[in-house]
Amino acid sequence: MRDAFMAALTEQAQQDSRVNLIIADIGFKVVDDFVAKMPDQFLNVGIAEQTMIGVAAGMASLGKRPIAYSLGNFPTIRCLEQIRNDLCYHDLDVTVVSVGAGLAYGTLGYTHHTVEDIALMRALPNMKVYSPADALECRAVVELLPTTPGPKYIRLGKNKEPRIHEVQPDLSTGAPVLVRDGSDVTLIVVGPIVTQAIEAADALAKQGVSVRLLTCPVIKPLNITAIREAAAGTVGIVTLEEHTLMGGFGSAVLEALAVNGWRIPVLPLALNDAAAATVGSQEYLREHNGLSTESVIARIADFTAFV
Amino acid sequence: MPSTSSSELALDARISAVRMVSGAGASHIGSALSVIDIASVLYGRVANVAPDRVSDPDRDIILISKGHSASGIYAVLGNAGYFPLEWLDRYCVDGAPLGGHVTAHGIPGVEFSTGALGHALPYGAGIAIASKRDGNARRVFVVLSDGECQEGSNWEAAMLAAQHRLGNLTAIIDRNRLQILAATEEISSLEPFADKWTAFGWDVVEVDGHDHDALEAAIGGEHDRPRVVIANTTKGKGVDFMENSVPWHTNTPNAEQAADAIAQLEALREGVTR
Repeated sequence: MRDAFMAALTEQAQQDSRVNLIIADIGFKVVDDFVAKMPDQFLNVGIAEQTMIGVAAGMASLGKRPIAYSLGNFPTIRCLEQIRNDLCYHDLDVTVVSVGAGLAYGTLGYTHHTVEDIALMRALPNMKVYSPADALECRAVVELLPTTPGPKYIRLGKNKEPRIHEVQPDLSTGAPVLVRDGSDVTLIVVGPIVTQAIEAADALAKQGVSVRLLTCPVIKPLNITAIREAAAGTVGIVTLEEHTLMGGFGSAVLEALAVNGWRIPVLPLALNDAAAATVGSQEYLREHNGLSTESVIARIADFTAFV
Repeated sequence: MPSTSSSELALDARISAVRMVSGAGASHIGSALSVIDIASVLYGRVANVAPDRVSDPDRDIILISKGHSASGIYAVLGNAGYFPLEWLDRYCVDGAPLGGHVTAHGIPGVEFSTGALGHALPYGAGIAIASKRDGNARRVFVVLSDGECQEGSNWEAAMLAAQHRLGNLTAIIDRNRLQILAATEEISSLEPFADKWTAFGWDVVEVDGHDHDALEAAIGGEHDRPRVVIANTTKGKGVDFMENSVPWHTNTPNAEQAADAIAQLEALREGVTR
């Protein structure tokens, strides 16, 4: 996904000189092609995320389209006030990108577990939030950028995530993207954890539970009408994300349903509210933080049977 | 009728700021009185800006990082003709354009909204870098408070600006030596302040921050790397009971104190260059 992002961005930057890639010394070998092709549209500010966002904001005030790229929580939490005041308050066209979001860098420890970013970015005015699930969704998100003004946040996985879609989805309306149809329950997923959802759907099919599986790469603005329509005819909506429950995608769906007065049962599956003081693979940490594939399967089966 | 010289602008602005803060029950009059000469020279003499060219793409960019000096900055802008003087009478009134921290939203002459410290120098560095990339000769001026330099983001940006030899970037530090609770040197010392900036690769000039000619020479001069002007100022400048006083960062002048302050300032009018 990281390579897909950089390839799509590089193409865009070649066509649009306003695109400037700004990094805070992250991207070993990842940014080389971009730098070789467009050295004048690249800037490494050093290990200084507050300055990365401030510089990006200043450049955007002159009509540039900066992309501020870093890893994990560095481009969001470290410089949250710069994002809030410099970008969102001024509604500037800057795209903040985090590579390795969720538990992708699980072995690097809790500092690198990026599991509150959706909540934090989603709470900021003017901010748009995207979480692609595979390389094609990632490319589709990058293609939204030129026509989407104001601040944006993209939550990337790491790399080599399996491809989910046959063709590049159209994300222009923000509607969730169908991965496979089903009739009993609707499962809507954000991010690369969709692979676990596919496993779960396969297992549930064997138990006689037909899962309608979708991804929802556009988290804000949330197209709740399309989400409601996508769930039509099923018992309700299960959401799944590699993020804490509070303020995440499932929380966004529940808020929007409640605001509209739409009484659709929702089961939000997300990580525990805990600082994982352990290291491990993405799969290990999902299990440790409450999202083992077995528990996901069991909870969806229960929800479908008893809702 | 706009003020005719930077000295008159500064005096008019001081009187306006006292009225505004007193009327609104607001804070930060000490900071406002300390920065007004810097702002008057910037807007009135040095920068390529004018009230009738606030959207000119080639204008210089002035950024006020010490957003809490809003009453002083707005008083300068109002008296320089950037917006109707009547706006000053409604400082901090419900729904009015002018509030307690500098905002770019709907205020002609303000480029960037601040209020949290340590934001404008990185932003200014971004403008300076983009201007160089575009081959645009605009200059960027960032007004900082001295206490604000305790924020680490300023030093991040200082390193970057030197690395890229941003000769189009000038920082002006309102060195009044006081912060909210005490002297800067008692809390987290800034000295040797000039040496710090020199060590970071900046071109450092120290001036009397109330001497308009000296400020003009220091701020307006050419330089091939980022310049910092350490403007030595007196917090509360022009009002004897506010000068060099820690409480007057936070205190609001009551009607009697405001009248006293304005009388003291009006008494200076005879000596003002027009």
